Amino acid sequence: MSQFDEIVNIVAQKAQIDRSKLTREASLVDLQVSSLDMVDVIFTLEDKYGVELPFNANTNAGDFKTLGDLIDMVEKQLATTQAKAAT
Amino acid sequence: MTRRIVITGMGVISSIGQNVAEFRRNLFEGRGGLGALTFPYRGAEVKFPAAPVVDFKIESWIDPKKASLLDRFAQFAVAAALDALKDSGLELTPETAERTAVITGAGVGGQNTLEESYHKLLDPGASGRIHPLTIPRLMVNAGSSHISMATGIVGPGFTVASACASAVHAMGVTLHMLRSGFIDAAITGGAESCLTFGTLRSWEALRVMAPDVCRPFSRDRAGMVIGEGAAMFVLETLENAKARGATIHAEFAGFGMSSDAKDLTTPDARGAARAVANCLKDAGWNPEDVDYVNAHGTGTRINDLTETAVIKKIFGEHSKKTPISASKSLFGHALGAAGALEMLATVLAIKDDLAPPTINYLGPDPECDLDYVPNAARPMTIDKALNNSFAFGGLNAVVAVKKADTALAR
Repeated sequence: MSQFDEIVNIVAQKAQIDRSKLTREASLVDLQVSSLDMVDVIFTLEDKYGVELPFNANTNAGDFKTLGDLIDMVEKQLATTQAKAAT
Repeated sequence: MTRRIVITGMGVISSIGQNVAEFRRNLFEGRGGLGALTFPYRGAEVKFPAAPVVDFKIESWIDPKKASLLDRFAQFAVAAALDALKDSGLELTPETAERTAVITGAGVGGQNTLEESYHKLLDPGASGRIHPLTIPRLMVNAGSSHISMATGIVGPGFTVASACASAVHAMGVTLHMLRSGFIDAAITGGAESCLTFGTLRSWEALRVMAPDVCRPFSRDRAGMVIGEGAAMFVLETLENAKARGATIHAEFAGFGMSSDAKDLTTPDARGAARAVANCLKDAGWNPEDVDYVNAHGTGTRINDLTETAVIKKIFGEHSKKTPISASKSLFGHALGAAGALEMLATVLAIKDDLAPPTINYLGPDPECDLDYVPNAARPMTIDKALNNSFAFGGLNAVVAVKKADTALAR
């Protein structure tokens, strides 16, 4: 399973959203992901990939607007973590 | 006729003062108690913004030999209660002690004790032994129990737990018990102390904590800062207070509550507005009678914009003329004690005709466009005020406070 599919599955399960609606361009606000579900998604992704995702519910508007933003952030943090591990 | 209830004693332990005079000075001068706490963890240091009570000495209040029986939150409760009782001048006789209650709020109880115990039990190399007083120290009602024992009050005693609204629910229940004639006097308020590594980490996991300071209603606000402390009040009937010639700080005029029945953490404007409307109705006030509001104002994006919407919905045009301050900017969010610390700020605002400031305010947010008394206290006539508390779990409580009639305030 690709990383994209893994992340989409987590969001679908935690926020109980039909998987067909979860495209890269889908807005998290439009998908009505609640703040608690969002925190749960972030926590699960951090656990799964061993990364830290910067996220504050008070400033979330600027961080992850779409599902694609979230996926990009996981990839970015994963790359940073792997680069650190390699040095 | 409904019995009128007045506040005749006030006591406080907080990050901005360990007595009412010190609290008052810092409240109005806008000198906040926010700082940071550092904990060692896995070979590193972890730092959290927090508003701790510094250099608290329980031995100033009770026999030091008994102090070890009390978790820090219960120590705060007893100290603030004894301070309030002394301020009130109320002397309890065997008869009046039976007609006096202790009803206080606490959100979590003895978290310091619980966490210390788990370390002793679970840490590698730790003794694995749990202190026999762990349970009586950590129980959430310990504050009320110790106040009863320290004062000899033998009437009704219990603790109200509704997270961030615990203290306001406790004070509101007390008001109604006094009005109904069930009791004649009471100590009420709230106490909390959970600035532990585990608790702060848990708050951090919710992703609602500010990285630096709490700036309610401001642009660029980034969340909450946790505080601790206690504020306690002596409440009694106006008749009682007059008969014994007590100084009346203010009249406790009304109480309203509601439940959102919506979401665990996201506030619902309709639910909170019902609590405000119920409070106004209980006090017999119109929205335009209110001179000042001490807000729940946590500094989170969602609380502050929801609370702004609630005030606009209830007050209409009057909302633009009503100063609102968020005292959590000064002493953080003290959870189960928050509503009591803010009640003290509200009573002092009424007594001094001075609206306390919302500090750390950087400028208006488009979604929060009311008058939040930014950064400096403001002299103004305050006869009637509201104090809001909206808890996690969607449990809302609002109290109404009124200036003591000139003839009564001595």
